[in-house]
Amino acid sequence: MKILVTVKRVTDYERKVKIKPDGSGFETEGMNFVPNPFDEIAVEEALRLTKEHGGDVVVVSIGPNDATQQIRQALAMGAQRGILVQAGELDSDAVARVLQKLVEKENPDLVLMGKQATDDDANQAGQLLAGYLGWPQATFASKTEGLESAEEKAQKPGVKVADGWASVAREADGGIETIKVQLPAVITTDLRLNHPRFASLPGIMKAKKKPIEEIPVASLGVDITPKVRVLKYEEPPARLAGVKVADVDELVNKLKNEAKVI
Amino acid sequence: MSAAHPHYTEEHQAFRQSLRRWVDREILPHVEAWEAARAFPRELYAKAAEIGLLGMGFPEAYGGVPMDPFHVIITCEELARAAAGGLSAGLMSHSIGLPPVAHLGSEALKARVIPPVLAGEKISALAVTEPSGGSDVANLRTTARRDGDHYVLNGQKTFITSGMRADFITCAVRTGGEGMGGISIVVVPGDAPGLARTPLEKMGWWCSDTATLYFDECRVPAENLVGEENMGFMGLMLNFNNERLALAANAWAFAKVAFEEALGWAKERVTFGRPLIQRQAIRHKLVDMQADLLATQAFLEAVAAKMKAGEQPIADICMLKNHAVACMEHCAGDAVQILGGAGYVQGAKAERIYRETKVIAIGGGASEIMKDLAARQLGW
Repeated sequence: MKILVTVKRVTDYERKVKIKPDGSGFETEGMNFVPNPFDEIAVEEALRLTKEHGGDVVVVSIGPNDATQQIRQALAMGAQRGILVQAGELDSDAVARVLQKLVEKENPDLVLMGKQATDDDANQAGQLLAGYLGWPQATFASKTEGLESAEEKAQKPGVKVADGWASVAREADGGIETIKVQLPAVITTDLRLNHPRFASLPGIMKAKKKPIEEIPVASLGVDITPKVRVLKYEEPPARLAGVKVADVDELVNKLKNEAKVI
Repeated sequence: MSAAHPHYTEEHQAFRQSLRRWVDREILPHVEAWEAARAFPRELYAKAAEIGLLGMGFPEAYGGVPMDPFHVIITCEELARAAAGGLSAGLMSHSIGLPPVAHLGSEALKARVIPPVLAGEKISALAVTEPSGGSDVANLRTTARRDGDHYVLNGQKTFITSGMRADFITCAVRTGGEGMGGISIVVVPGDAPGLARTPLEKMGWWCSDTATLYFDECRVPAENLVGEENMGFMGLMLNFNNERLALAANAWAFAKVAFEEALGWAKERVTFGRPLIQRQAIRHKLVDMQADLLATQAFLEAVAAKMKAGEQPIADICMLKNHAVACMEHCAGDAVQILGGAGYVQGAKAERIYRETKVIAIGGGASEIMKDLAARQLGW
């Protein structure tokens, strides 16, 4: 089976992002960029699925030329080839339309995506893509057996594929819901689907030689007019110092009249 | 560090990023418990093999992966974040145990010994030092006499890293006359009859096992001879440069970890109404440490660049090792001083690093030997 996996270049979640003084975006100077962690889970799942069923994993990123670094990381994990759609900042709808074009070109049996990117947490592109393609979708894929299970230790996929259908365990509020979708489909991955492997040194060396196709977004003929406009970024208000109260009466009084929470 | 760094390529950076996360997940949460238990789990070798850590620098045909000296520096730097030299030394003991086999061994021996070690299934150790002497390799006393299809070993080896657990012990023995011309190397299997081992308690490096090995009519198959009989001395010397570069990189990396801990503490700790870092006595100390670290790093990278270009700058490597050890002694000592009581109790990285300065000053060529060798190499 052929699986298309998305990998978004996002700011390193271990470092604090700085907002530009005019609130128009983030400071990128000195920032470290990493693959979206949910996408790494998608890459891992794709690699496990193709190991079990055969086939290829194609990695797609939409972003600046430097996003080849994140594609290379997925190639170092074991994916076969990469596609970079060279573009500036796109909203979820434009991303879904660009991906739709690529899916029509590549004809994968499955699209695997992180459920959301850790930079804007929009959680829309996968659902929109399935809608535009008219494909079934299964979002927030998880692992029924859990991350401490023997299945996970044996690096078995959590998404079960058989006879042209995929069975997907989804995390719902009350527990785990399992649904079946007919392939081709779009599946988005949640945190507890797998532990992604680390890119190994031999993998990194091999990834150097794997092909990455570069496609300027304009050449795809997709309408990428933004539907969402970012007005401004700002820091959440700094936490104020606490106060000591003398007794319960004062506490209740403050909660009622100052914080107005009771 | 940007991708345009003169020594570190994009692939180096990718390796660093992967290794850093591996250390975060597989080592940092457990290292205190391993130190207390005086051992890290054997399974860690297989995990290290998965990310290519064990294969570094060995032939691809045997499961290795090509590398250059900057991969060594990256590895030392990232593993040093655990501030446990014993972990670095124990996990990587094959980096001194296997090279004689890789350089001189027969195809059959290489195919039997190297792949399982690089896969993390077997552990490799190097045994050269004896109770009667370490630096004076040419005069080692453990003997091996040929008896049919076997060599029969008698003698002792000591201070052997991974000595308790090793499945393959690359052992220097005397098969011929006196001096360097009578030395051979044999790979002693961990279960060889006549081999006994006892563990050693140490000042530092707690989570690595260190052993004394006793050979009492110990029988080793003759096909475990590495290269030719009485030609072993060169095989031992061949890897000394790489080992010493790694030791220098380790010393510098541990110095940096101690410095960073002290710097963080100096910013946080308030005495007499002001953070420590605003006190001249402390900020000057920290600047001196930082300057020492930067100078050592520059020296380290300059030597690594020469080695990457194919040179073997022996005098430079000797002086670098001593310089890096001095940097570690300086930074570890001052870090503990800045941390005060918090630096003296267990739990502080600086406390452990301080206890582990001597092992790098002594192991892999003691500072005094390094100076003598450097002077000789310089033609003095």
